Amino acid sequence: MSQASTEIVRISGHAGTVPGAGLDREFRVCKLVDTTTCIGCKACEVACLEWNGYPFSETTFDNTYQTMPETAWNYWNLIKFNEHEREDGSMMLLMRKDQCMHCADPGCLAACPADAAIVQYANGIVDFQEANCIGCGYCMTGCPFNIPKFSPTARKVFKCTLCNDRVSVGLEPACIKACPTGCLHFGTKSEMKELAEKRASQLRENSGYRDAGVYDPPGVGGTHVIYVLHDAKNPELYGGLPKDPHIPWVVRFWKGPAKWIGNLAMLGGILGVTLHYLRFGPKEVESEKKKNGGQL
Amino acid sequence: MSASHIATSRPTEDRSWGDILRYTFIERVHHWLGALFYIYCLITGLAFWSPYMYWMAALVGGGPTARFWHPWFGLAFALSVGWMYKMWRGDLATTDADRRWSKSINHYIANEDEELPPVGRFNFGQKLFFWLMFYGVILLLISGLGLWFVESIPWSLRWVRYLAVTVHVVAAMATIGAFIIHIYMSVFMEPESFYAMIHGRVSAAWARTFHRLWYEQVTGDKSQK
Repeated sequence: MSQASTEIVRISGHAGTVPGAGLDREFRVCKLVDTTTCIGCKACEVACLEWNGYPFSETTFDNTYQTMPETAWNYWNLIKFNEHEREDGSMMLLMRKDQCMHCADPGCLAACPADAAIVQYANGIVDFQEANCIGCGYCMTGCPFNIPKFSPTARKVFKCTLCNDRVSVGLEPACIKACPTGCLHFGTKSEMKELAEKRASQLRENSGYRDAGVYDPPGVGGTHVIYVLHDAKNPELYGGLPKDPHIPWVVRFWKGPAKWIGNLAMLGGILGVTLHYLRFGPKEVESEKKKNGGQL
Repeated sequence: MSASHIATSRPTEDRSWGDILRYTFIERVHHWLGALFYIYCLITGLAFWSPYMYWMAALVGGGPTARFWHPWFGLAFALSVGWMYKMWRGDLATTDADRRWSKSINHYIANEDEELPPVGRFNFGQKLFFWLMFYGVILLLISGLGLWFVESIPWSLRWVRYLAVTVHVVAAMATIGAFIIHIYMSVFMEPESFYAMIHGRVSAAWARTFHRLWYEQVTGDKSQK
């Protein structure tokens, strides 16, 4: 890391401690979404559109407060609403800000065939490089969260960038900036994890949500967007958040062993016919065999 | 032999390449159209298959261009295979002669063709190649639709996306295996069959050696058994 050369750990002839020594520099960023304090105002949806330069899309009304059924190629941030009836008959209006989870082990990246169409930065952001995207949609098969979306006009795939353009110049993502309740937080992964756990234990101890917890699924190596949920045992209630997301095994096999089996089989086929030719040579018609003194 | 009356059936064909008409002009055109479509899909498909072969996309205009045309060329290939089926289905049914031939296929592999029972216009291997391509292209077309319009497959039916990828890969690999053997047989093992697919004609000796029943059928000549 180039930044490491600016960090001093020992100083000659210096009385006292080294300023800044032992400082823990964490480069991994994280977005924390506390679903328990979200009011569903959709300011984050608007901020996302404004910053990324997309017009507000046509909404789909299906008797909920939700803007549309799922995120779109030009609508990367969507609050998912679910009216959930609890066992005691009381209602809960669950709201979850849906966007790219920025997995540590991204299925989109594993599935992508185009050189450098998807990159993962050291800070954890998984970003699509549209200039290199060929629009095949393999990422849509690889993603366990239904996030990448195909644009029929651009013939390329788009998704949340975690405001990489803002984060790289020291700003927080647009959605975080717009949140009026403070249910959205942005910081380092360890800070956000600590804050999330603190909030979850508060919910368990003070608010009667005994199953409150943090959603940071290990199946995809953890994510750089984490949730605090009232009911961490049933994440599906929050607009279909998968309980144990992982890269589909078909994609793992296709991009792993199948590739090598297929490549070896193709090479084996070419090698096989080459060896056959060297051993037996071309076929000869009868008259040539006669000429060569062979038996008919 | 009575090659003279065969020649009169196609006076326009160039007889310097052989006495017997093996493939008509229409058959050759359809074969080479199919070859063009298949090879385009092969090059672009391999580019999508492995990062080590992604450079192949550059040969046909780059990744996005390859992604755009691959399904259309695939569709064209499927249509061309359908046309070949229409042209050749009468010659592609497995016969008793094929069953006898396939039992002694080891002689074919070892170039001991004089040991093989006589076969018709196509031998059993050629028929197998056609049927593998025929069923392969059906699978490729159906699974290919899933890859072509992946965004139209709803998230709740995402298993269709996974199935489409699997079927497409397996079917493609099967056709590639067959394709390698097809090129090897026609260009290297029996070069005269390659010329036949270009000029349309084969020598009587070639026809007698490799497709005796067909030779007898088209010439009416059974004297040179």
